[in-house]
Amino acid sequence: MIRAKISKVLIYTVLILGSLASIFPFFWLIRSSLMSTAQIFQLPPIWIPKPFIFSNYLEPFKILPFAKYYINSAVIVSSVLVGVLISSSLSAYSFARLKWKWRDRVFYIILSSMMLPYAVTMIPTFIGWNALGLVNTYSPLIIPAYFGGGAFNVFLVRQFLLSIPKELDEAAYIDGASKLKIFIKIILPLSKSALIVVGIFTFVNTWNDFLAPLIYLNSEHRFTLALGLFQFRGMYSAQWNVLMAASTLVLLPNIIVFIIGQKYILQGIALTGIKA
Amino acid sequence: MSNKTTANVKSYTGRKKRLFDELSGWLFASPAILGFLIFILGPMIASLYLSMTDYTIVVKPNFIGFRNYVELFTSSTSLFFQALKVTAYYVALSVPMQIIFSYSIALLLHQRVKCLSFFRTAFYLPTIVPLVASSMVWMWLLNPDLGFLNEILRALNLPTSQWIYAQETVIPTLALMSVWSSGGAMLIFLAALQDIPNVYYEAIYIDGGNSIDKLRYVTIPMTTPTIFFNLVMGLINGFQVFVQPYIMTEGGPKNSSLMYVFYLYREAFTHQNMGNACAIAWILFIIIMAFTALIFKTSQNWVYYEGE
Repeated sequence: MIRAKISKVLIYTVLILGSLASIFPFFWLIRSSLMSTAQIFQLPPIWIPKPFIFSNYLEPFKILPFAKYYINSAVIVSSVLVGVLISSSLSAYSFARLKWKWRDRVFYIILSSMMLPYAVTMIPTFIGWNALGLVNTYSPLIIPAYFGGGAFNVFLVRQFLLSIPKELDEAAYIDGASKLKIFIKIILPLSKSALIVVGIFTFVNTWNDFLAPLIYLNSEHRFTLALGLFQFRGMYSAQWNVLMAASTLVLLPNIIVFIIGQKYILQGIALTGIKA
Repeated sequence: MSNKTTANVKSYTGRKKRLFDELSGWLFASPAILGFLIFILGPMIASLYLSMTDYTIVVKPNFIGFRNYVELFTSSTSLFFQALKVTAYYVALSVPMQIIFSYSIALLLHQRVKCLSFFRTAFYLPTIVPLVASSMVWMWLLNPDLGFLNEILRALNLPTSQWIYAQETVIPTLALMSVWSSGGAMLIFLAALQDIPNVYYEAIYIDGGNSIDKLRYVTIPMTTPTIFFNLVMGLINGFQVFVQPYIMTEGGPKNSSLMYVFYLYREAFTHQNMGNACAIAWILFIIIMAFTALIFKTSQNWVYYEGE
C-alpha cells in the first residue's frame, strides 16, 4: 500500500516536472515578448513582465510586411490543403476500396517513398521548376500537393478506410451507383475524421515549412511567415523582446489549430500506430 | 446454341467489367501514382545522373562518371567527412535519447494518471512549433550571457555552458533540443501501450510477477514494433536535420555542427555545385538505406509481431 503511494508520488513528480520543462520555453517566449529592452536584460531574470509592453507585437508589422507574410502563408496553406485533401482521399479510396490487379504493389512502392530523404529529390526538382521558369512563384510549393499529397497522407486515409465495413459501398454498388458517386456520397462523409487529421498535419507542416520557401522564393514580398521571421532575425539580432514577439506571431495559428483539432490529432496518431 | 451465346455475352461483359474496374482503380489512384513518378522517381533518376556530372545551373552538365564521389571521399579540403561525422554523432546521441525519453513518459502516462490530457498536451505541444520559431526561443534560452539556462546554473552554483556556441557542446545541445520536440513519438508509444490486451498482464499477475516482470515480459515485447517504427523514423529524420544548423549555428563553431543536409544545401544553393550536391544526396540515401536495412534485418530478433 505504502509502496503504491510512493510510486504514485514519484510518477506525478516526474510528470509534473517534465511537463513544466516542456511548456517552459512557451512561457519564456511570451514573457520575453512582453518586456521592455531594459527589463529583459535584467539579472537575475524577472518572471512576470511589469509593465506589459504590447507594442513589441507591432514592431514586426512596422519593419517588415508581416501582414503580407500572413496572407502569403495563408494562400499557400489553403491551396495546399485543398490539393492534399482531394488527391489523398481519391488515391486512398482506390487503394483501400477498389479492386485492381497491381493495387497493393503500387501502394507499397509509393509508401516506401516515405523513407526517401527529400535531399535526393530536392535538387532535380528545383532544376525542373527552374527550367519551367516557375522559381520565385508559389507553384513549386503548391502544385505537388495536387499529386497525391504525400505518401503519409494517402497511407493515413487508406488506413482509416480499411476500418470501414465493406458492405456500405458494396450495397451502393449493387444499387448501380458509380464509383465516383460512391466516393462522394459514401466514402467522403465517412472519412471526415481522417481527413481532418490529414488537414491538421498538412496545415502545421506547410505553415512551418522553411526549406522549400527558402529554396524557391527570392522576392521579399512573396515570403512566407517562417521565412519572414528568419529575415527579421537578421535585422534584430539582439532585440530579444521583439524577436520573441515575432516568433509568437508565427506560432499563434498553429496553437489555435491545435486547440481546435486536438481530439483528431490523437485519433490520427493512434491510426499511425496500427501499422507499426 | 442460344445457351452458348449467353455464356459468351456473359464472359464478354465480365471481361469488360473487369477491364473497367482495373482502369478505374488506376484512374482513382492516379494523383498518387503521377505524384510518385513526377516528384519522386523522376527526380531520383535525374539526381543519380546529375551526381555523375559537373552541373552548375549556368553551364551544361558534362558527364564525369564517379569523379564527384571519388573527390568527396579523397579530397583533403572537402568537408564531407566532417559533415558525416557531425551528423552521425548527432544521430547516435539524439535518437536513443528521444526514444528513451518518449517511451518513459508514455509508460508513466499509461499508469492511469489523472489529468492525462493536460500532460499529453504539454508534451506534444513543442512538436507543432515551427522550427524557425523554436530555434529563436532556444537561442534566447541558451544565450551564454543572458540566457535563462545559464542563469539557473549560476543560481545553483554550477558551471555554466557555452551551449551551441562551443565546439564540444553544440551537438549535445541540439540533441537535447530534439528531445524537447519528441512528443509525437510519445503519443505513438502511448497508443501502442493502450492496445496491449489486459489478459497478458493478468497472466503475469497470476504467476506472481511484479511490475518489473510486466514491463519486461509484456509491455516491452508487445511494443517492439512501435519502438522499431520510431527508431527508423527517428533515424531518417535525424540524418536530415537542416533548420537548426541553418538558423542557429550556421554549421559552426568551426564546422562542429556542419550537419549533412546543411552542408548539402550550401553546396547546391550557395556554391551552385548541383552535380556534387546530388552525389552528396545519394550518399545520404545509401547510408539511410543501409541503416534501415540493418534495423530491418536485426528486427527479426527483437521485434515481436502478433499472430506469428
